[in-house]
Amino acid sequence: MSFHLILFLAFGVVCVAGAVNLLAQRHPINSALSLIAVMAALAGEYLLLGAEFVAAVQVIVYAGAIMVLFVFVIMLLNAGEEEHTNGSRVALLLGVPGVLTGSVLVAWVVLRQSETEAVPIGALPGHPTDIAQLLFHDFLLPFEVTSVLILIAIMGAVVLASKPETPAREAA
Amino acid sequence: MESKALSVGVFILVSVIKSVIVLVVLLTAVAYTVWLERKVVGHMQNRWGPTRVGPFGLLQPAADGLKFLFKEDLTPPHVYKPLFLAAPMMALIFALTSISVIPFGNSITIFGYSIPLQITDLNIGLLLILGVTSLGVYGVALAGWSSNNKYSLLGGLRASAQMVSYEIALGLSLVGVLIQSGSFSLRVIVDAQGGRFLGFIPRWNIFHGQFVGFFIYLMAAYAETNRIPFDLPEAETELVAGYHTEYSAMKFAMFFMAEYANMITVACLATLLFFGGWHGPLFGPPLLRSLLPLFWFGAKIFCFLFLYIWVRGTLPRFRYDQLMSFGWKFLLPLAIANLVATAIAVVW
Repeated sequence: MSFHLILFLAFGVVCVAGAVNLLAQRHPINSALSLIAVMAALAGEYLLLGAEFVAAVQVIVYAGAIMVLFVFVIMLLNAGEEEHTNGSRVALLLGVPGVLTGSVLVAWVVLRQSETEAVPIGALPGHPTDIAQLLFHDFLLPFEVTSVLILIAIMGAVVLASKPETPAREAA
Repeated sequence: MESKALSVGVFILVSVIKSVIVLVVLLTAVAYTVWLERKVVGHMQNRWGPTRVGPFGLLQPAADGLKFLFKEDLTPPHVYKPLFLAAPMMALIFALTSISVIPFGNSITIFGYSIPLQITDLNIGLLLILGVTSLGVYGVALAGWSSNNKYSLLGGLRASAQMVSYEIALGLSLVGVLIQSGSFSLRVIVDAQGGRFLGFIPRWNIFHGQFVGFFIYLMAAYAETNRIPFDLPEAETELVAGYHTEYSAMKFAMFFMAEYANMITVACLATLLFFGGWHGPLFGPPLLRSLLPLFWFGAKIFCFLFLYIWVRGTLPRFRYDQLMSFGWKFLLPLAIANLVATAIAVVW
């Protein structure tokens, strides 16, 4: 086994362990931190595949910005520990095997049935120049349309968050 | 000079040696930045600063370090212990990580091996620094939250809001430089700044159209490092000590070291991106010629650190609403305008 492969498996284990821990933890902040670990491990995987730019963006955007907002909201609301219901034994009996079979099935289909070959380690064209060529040349229109979509979402959030004017005046 | 390719063993050895040297130099620089700050602010306020330990108080950092080590390490009973312990470590680790991609000079040749003066040269070096900086907020935010104390929590909340807001302006202020040099590698960016305009003006990015970009970077960087006038997360007149209210001894020292290490990283980045890195006039015998780049790099960083301290001695703290409107309504539009102007100028 090459050193790359060992690292790849190690990051994969961290990733899955983080995801399981995310579900198992009772406190929201612990769950959020496990999600950060998952994001960081994913960035490591991207880095090993050779997609340096995607790895950096994964850390900056997901671990550095989005998850900070998650943590911020949890801190602001001072969300306490969740109460676990002992309830659904069906979920435990059917859910866990179901998820396992599902993921094995998806992995099998992706590995066996897809026409593209698996990317060898370190071979992904991840140089920033390649990404820029794709984003700003080959897929310029979808890229710009997505940004407009996000802008609309932001404006929608502002509209929803701002208080309606009339009740405020009545209150004053 | 012909240089041999490094074998794996030599590569690991060289990397370890370089890491140790950089770490020792960085931590010493951190300690003496604290000394410098106390001394300079002291003189600005018409007092002496540390004078008792050693000549000019030069051994004060060593005395402080010993004091931190021997102080009782209190853990208050009401804290959330795992995160309370992890937060200062996270702050320090992220602060020290970003130095690993900072280049200090050109390659030197030892025993026939060409060794770049940098721990590692990534072609996404700048992005790595930005990513690590954006993770640095967790140390502060989690310290504030896990302390279970209203002042700490307010400090942590302020810190995360402030750092997320100013990160955008910080990132955008650097894009102008990136467009001009066409690479994320700090070495390439510095190499692009060699030479002169008209024979005497150095070809540094600040004289090459990035004047506005530099000032946006400077202001955003002050906010990112939680320094006056942006030190709201630890505003002592309102929040006791903000996010590190409950911390004592070495755990407090870790936050302290993280803050000063971040200051040094920010100064390094400003030097590399806007002030030509290690470029400067070279003269004299060969040995002096090979040492001068390191000297210029250090001198530029010193100027930035002095500026930090000078600003601290001069300006009052922002109000929170001023901080937010300055970041979002002034700095961010200015950074976008700078980006568009640079892009147009380069395409022209």
